[in-house]
Amino acid sequence: MSDELLNLTAAQQADRIEAGEVSADEVFEFWRVRAGGDDLGSYLWVADEVPTDAGTLPPIAVKDLFCVEGVPSMAGSRILEGYRPPYTATSVRNLQAAGARVLGKTNQDEFAMGSSNENSGFGPVQNPWDRERVPGGSSGGSAAAVAAGTAPWAIGTDTGGSIRQPASLCGIVGMKPTYGAISRYGMIAFASSLDQCGPLTRDVTDAAILLRHLQGKDPCDSTSLGIPGELPLPTAERLDGLRFGVWGMEEPGLEPGVADSVRATLGRIEELGGGVKEIELPNARHGIAAYYVIAPAEASANLARYDGVRYANRSGHGDLTSMYEQTRHDGFGDEVKRRIMIGTYALSSGYYEAYYGTAQKVRTKIAEDFSAAFEEVDFVVSPTSATVAFKLGERTADPLAMYLSDYYTVPMPLAGIPAISIPCGLSDGLPVGFQIAGPAFSEAGILDAAHALEKAIGFEGVPVG
Amino acid sequence: MTITEPEARIYEPVIGIEIHVQLRTRTKMFCGCALSFGEEPNTLVCPVCLGHPGTLPVTNAEAVHYGLMIAMAFGCEIAPRSIFHRKNYFYPDLPKGYQISQYDIPLGTGGRLGDVRIHRVHLEEDAAKLIHAGSSGRIHGASTSVVDFNRGGTPLVEIVTEPDLTSAAQAADFGRLLQATLRRMGVSDVNMEEGSLRMDANVSIRPAGTATLGTKTELKNMNSFRFLERGIDAEIARQEQIVREGGELEQETLHYDPQSGSLTSLRSKEEAHDYRYFPEPDLVPIAPTEEMLERARAALPELPAARAERLERDLELPAETARLLAFRSDWGDFVERAIESRNALAHSVANWATNELAARVGDGDPSATMLEPKAFADLVEMVVQKQISASAGREVLDVLIEAGGEPASVVEAKGLGRAESGELEQIVDRAIADNPDAVEKIRAGKGQAIGAIVGAVMRETKGRADGGEVQRMINERIGS
Repeated sequence: MSDELLNLTAAQQADRIEAGEVSADEVFEFWRVRAGGDDLGSYLWVADEVPTDAGTLPPIAVKDLFCVEGVPSMAGSRILEGYRPPYTATSVRNLQAAGARVLGKTNQDEFAMGSSNENSGFGPVQNPWDRERVPGGSSGGSAAAVAAGTAPWAIGTDTGGSIRQPASLCGIVGMKPTYGAISRYGMIAFASSLDQCGPLTRDVTDAAILLRHLQGKDPCDSTSLGIPGELPLPTAERLDGLRFGVWGMEEPGLEPGVADSVRATLGRIEELGGGVKEIELPNARHGIAAYYVIAPAEASANLARYDGVRYANRSGHGDLTSMYEQTRHDGFGDEVKRRIMIGTYALSSGYYEAYYGTAQKVRTKIAEDFSAAFEEVDFVVSPTSATVAFKLGERTADPLAMYLSDYYTVPMPLAGIPAISIPCGLSDGLPVGFQIAGPAFSEAGILDAAHALEKAIGFEGVPVG
Repeated sequence: MTITEPEARIYEPVIGIEIHVQLRTRTKMFCGCALSFGEEPNTLVCPVCLGHPGTLPVTNAEAVHYGLMIAMAFGCEIAPRSIFHRKNYFYPDLPKGYQISQYDIPLGTGGRLGDVRIHRVHLEEDAAKLIHAGSSGRIHGASTSVVDFNRGGTPLVEIVTEPDLTSAAQAADFGRLLQATLRRMGVSDVNMEEGSLRMDANVSIRPAGTATLGTKTELKNMNSFRFLERGIDAEIARQEQIVREGGELEQETLHYDPQSGSLTSLRSKEEAHDYRYFPEPDLVPIAPTEEMLERARAALPELPAARAERLERDLELPAETARLLAFRSDWGDFVERAIESRNALAHSVANWATNELAARVGDGDPSATMLEPKAFADLVEMVVQKQISASAGREVLDVLIEAGGEPASVVEAKGLGRAESGELEQIVDRAIADNPDAVEKIRAGKGQAIGAIVGAVMRETKGRADGGEVQRMINERIGS
């Protein structure tokens, strides 16, 4: 039975538990051993025993930045090394209430700042398709664990692409819901107006199940709304009458292999009865610029609390200022420091309007571009990433090249709308992701479309065992 | 052409006040912790007000309600959508590294209290309390500093006036009116010593009669109205001296030490923080509904300024008495209950309250004694109608405050009823006969000698006689 679990989706495992064919304890223990044996660097912490009540769903791998009471929650940062929160994030509590237990905490870029997982304070993660390559980021540990079969499913967070891009690079499904669909309470913040929790799974149905349990209005997060109406599990096998607007196929950085795979997927949409047309998002190309002002600005304030006064690590002696300086010097990595500097500068008196003010205007323009597009089409589709997984170290020396990794994924969080990445094929033996975005709270429609495409594509995951 | 020498020039102060009011809500501004009233340090804290990773603020609806009441009390315009900002700076009493405050769109703008215009009213959170070990009492030079987070996150309303005040005394008066107003609304303890009411003053001077604004300084946290007044006076004197000596004023923040009377600089303009304000992404705007506005409006009691005006107008009380009763609402309530519909008595009841009753009850609430408001008015009425003398009235008042009851029965029991006129005449005649020396002196023009005869009458009547009446009778008999 145990080895069979590896070949089942989480939903199928849940069915076996419910049918009494396997116990929840056995399922938990199976995955606990798998996670413990991970050698990709996916995990920062794995449960050391089967919990007293193993629940009714397979256990879940949780990105390190989700606070779990009594469990190390460090957001991939040395400054929070040893920090065990006194409370649990609402999203994780919702999953616990639904019957899923925490399997482990997954590696990530420090404070979710990165696109390759190389900015983790605890070492990089390797891509299970090619160990010399990155898994993407910032939810790189979650994506690698699901792809490599060391977790049945996982959750991560997406601020500028941090779920969809690693899902794409690891050949799994990753979804960023509408801003406000899932509570942010207990998610260690990077950029508050963009951060959103979401699932990383083997297939679209698993993503839908997690989303169902995760979503909801939370009294502890006044920006949360939940997803209005029912969220049925996706069943669609056809795309009749649905209009897909494709965007970004002419970008110079788009790898030919990725473009081919995406074009083949557009062909499948038509085979399934859907319509495909090219659309324009005239301001999307300014997304990266706007994002790298807004996100660092918010981060510069969000990360001010790591001052050595109350919790986790303090270094330095002498006066208050030296303590602050030494604590933050020792605790933060280079990329985090870079973004704090950018954000602090962008908010400074005299520069605020030119940077933060302008970036907010661009953000509004991008949201308007999407609104205009959704007048004409039901979904906006594109590659998730311009490239397949790149080599470890390939972009670390060039922050700008790294920032451009988010080119296709940044506009959606800026507009607050949902998007999914599903694997659509291979290029040079590495997975390619196909992105489907829809209007706010169109999760059910996106999942249905993704489900139909997934069936048609029949993508096989990385061979694991 | 005349040249005015600088020393001859007359300067006028321009003063604006910034007030921080701790609201008396059940819980803190952005979390569910109870407010602190001297509990053990760090017992009223939670992950949110300690700024733990991943926590989020949620706006306290009761604080918004109180904020709306305060803004409405000043007649401010209420913003349809006011927002919170983050005010960024590092300090150990600020657990998130930023204070959540309102910035460019506050809850209310453009009101008035008394003759001072209110610039704005906004909501924010209080910082925690720092305690420094070491001689300096400040963080620099302290051997150790510890933080008590109980106060951190207490809801604050900040009120900023226009620079409409022109003297320290006027500023203190405005402070008293504000304190009475907020106390009447029940939104805060408004205790300056305990810090639930804090006042900062922005002070500048300019040549009298001009309209320009000079360089201003900010005086921080004066914890009584007396210190506020003294601090402003000291700062005006300091600024005048600098200007008269041809010096240049520096924009700075000053601390007034009431013990030494000295002003020390906390920071200059160059050291001023760049707070890097930006809209708080964790909170939604405050958009008061019609229902919220109506509820705040309905919760507003009659405020001291309006009450003073009404007492003066409707009951024809002297301005000073009306103000006294309006500012101390427990006294105002007692007096108004006592008068009920006997408006003709209002003046006397108010006088007796602010003199005789105040002398006996002090700062306390008269309703907390055994004295019933109606019994108090009945007593005053008996004195006014000369059924008993004023001194007998005072004696009865003592009994009523201690034991309660009706004044008539106390008068009866103590035999304090006014002496019959026939009886009084006999006593007066006897007193004149018994004090021939005094009579001689009065006739010789030494009017004060009458005291001896009046005293004798009062002794004989055990104080039941009216002193004025007795004097009149004596003068009549000895023909002076």
